[in-house]
Amino acid sequence: MSTRTIKLDMISRVEGEGGLTLKVKDGVLTELKLHIFESPRFFEGILRGRRLEEAPDITSRICGICPVAYQISSASAMENALGIELPPVLLDLRRLILYGEWIESHMLHVHLLHAPDFLRYSDAIAMAKEHPKEVQRGLGLKQLGNRIVSVVGGREVHPVNIRVGGFYSYPSEPSMRELRADLAHAIDECESVVRWVSSFEFPDDETPAEFVAIRGRGAYPLLGGEIESSNGTSIPISGFDSEFEEDQLEHSTAMHSHRRNGDSYLVGPLARFHLSRGVLTPRAQALARECLPGGAIRNPYRSIVVRAIETLVALEGSLQIVESYEPTGAPNVGYRARAGVGFGCSEAPRGFCWHRYGITADGLIESARIVPPTSQNLAQIEVDLFAFASARLELPDEELKTECERAVRNHDPCISCSVHFLNMRIERS
Amino acid sequence: MKPRLLPKLAVWKFASCDGCQLSLLNCEDELLAVTSAVEIAYFPEASSNRGAGPFDISLVEGSITTPDERDRIQAVRRRSKVLVAIGACACSGGIQALRNFGSDVELARSVYPNPELLSILETSTPISDHVTVDLELRGCPVSKVQLIEALQALLDGRKPTFENCSVCEECKRGGTTCLLVSKRMPCLGPVTVAGCGALCPAFGRGCYGCFGPKESPNMDAMTSSLRNVGLSDADIVRMFRGINANTPAMANAAKDVR
Repeated sequence: MSTRTIKLDMISRVEGEGGLTLKVKDGVLTELKLHIFESPRFFEGILRGRRLEEAPDITSRICGICPVAYQISSASAMENALGIELPPVLLDLRRLILYGEWIESHMLHVHLLHAPDFLRYSDAIAMAKEHPKEVQRGLGLKQLGNRIVSVVGGREVHPVNIRVGGFYSYPSEPSMRELRADLAHAIDECESVVRWVSSFEFPDDETPAEFVAIRGRGAYPLLGGEIESSNGTSIPISGFDSEFEEDQLEHSTAMHSHRRNGDSYLVGPLARFHLSRGVLTPRAQALARECLPGGAIRNPYRSIVVRAIETLVALEGSLQIVESYEPTGAPNVGYRARAGVGFGCSEAPRGFCWHRYGITADGLIESARIVPPTSQNLAQIEVDLFAFASARLELPDEELKTECERAVRNHDPCISCSVHFLNMRIERS
Repeated sequence: MKPRLLPKLAVWKFASCDGCQLSLLNCEDELLAVTSAVEIAYFPEASSNRGAGPFDISLVEGSITTPDERDRIQAVRRRSKVLVAIGACACSGGIQALRNFGSDVELARSVYPNPELLSILETSTPISDHVTVDLELRGCPVSKVQLIEALQALLDGRKPTFENCSVCEECKRGGTTCLLVSKRMPCLGPVTVAGCGALCPAFGRGCYGCFGPKESPNMDAMTSSLRNVGLSDADIVRMFRGINANTPAMANAAKDVR
């Protein structure tokens, strides 16, 4: 009997830190663990006893990559608890800043983290030497995403303008006007990015996952009160707890989410695209038909194309909001504190981010529960990796490590949210 | 011709949100210039290349919260010529240092069903509590301008120039009317070090101190001003116990409120 242990100590080009261990017994993969060694930071505990107004600024610190989604999910949960609704102009600004985060995060992942895998470089710096035009174009789009976040939110990482009830201030009209011409040009540039990434070679791989995302109701999913699944069901966000649960595992400071019956599922670009491909804008629709023909996209390698198409969706959506921008009324809705429970949900670049808070009559947070996108995907990533690695055990350890690392990166895990990631080890026996 | 040897840059992550190292990747205009001036020798978030060191410049993000991190920072220091702490977590312990003021067991229990599976220290502490730090870049997140200035200065072999005045002076220069005086809005600007460009007041909200206290802040006067605009003692304590709760100035002021 022979045992082979293959360990990848740290998976690179992912946000946050984690590793992977594979145990192989007599040529059969017996165990696969995705380790998350991000230090726990206990956000849900820290939030207790704080003012409800503090939740957007505190929860944004969970993740420097998608702080906007945390701010919007927490603010909407509070608004839900307080029984207030935002007028369309403020909801549009929430969409705009979230689009900005999608553009920044997707272009970062596509160009700096993911594309080097397909073109076989160790990083974008090496890639930039031979593909300077593409890297510059990607950085330009990424920068525009950051500019949107800054115009609406004040700064790129941990913006300061989002508050419970709306915004502290309206973004200035000249700064919004300046975005217009750049957005129109960026939409053309982004089309070229979609065609560039769709020309890559995609290894065979398929995830059988159930796809879950916010229900878009005629629009591409972003904000909303319902969650829908590829199994045809749809639930209000307040029903998330009764359908899904989280487990703590010894090898991970990230909790693993799954359905109450134990089944894993996938959130993020593949899920959103699967559920909402029918409501893409005509330009994105035509490009999707050209670059992602066929029905469901289940090959995680192709997620790079989906991210590029989602970037186009976000750029077009941003342009529409910027063009119709007319600040009217106060930048925020007033409220009086009252005891209650509130739910909030928004689509972060990696999938939806779900929040639930209990509030006291004095406006203090009594309980907090936050389910980040990556903790929802970890269980499914393990399932997918198990099948992926099982089919490639004949590879020498180093090659197998490289391939598994790529397979993990397909999912763009963001593991800083060690409210709740990757070293890789393969044990062969 | 002999190839020029570029200084080796490493980026390390401890307990943090990734936002400060992302700020480096957010310097889109300067990114390719930076990468031609240094060799990125260790930056797992951005590259699969992992050098063993030694490194000329180490940027350290995050605070020390686990026994493993406590050991790891020593190894980073040994392999680094210059060690720069970047961001509030690395400089003060960060928002996760709020656990220093409550029971961590209780906190862990409130978040994880089986806290015994976690290996954690009782406190979240800045890098300088553990090793010699050559330069600190404050802020949550760090300012890109300060980050580029620090790298430029280190490459030039000079001391970086940062302002050490308060956010108040940045408000004056930016033409923002004082929110504390004119709108009676709670604001930590008077005791917070400049660096953000007085961003929050420009958006019509009080400063919440993400760059941390300036040198010798008058915390007593700050407490009085916050009382004057109607904040309760409990709310003042909450304001001091924010992103930089673990700095001596904020920790002591919070204690003195009661």
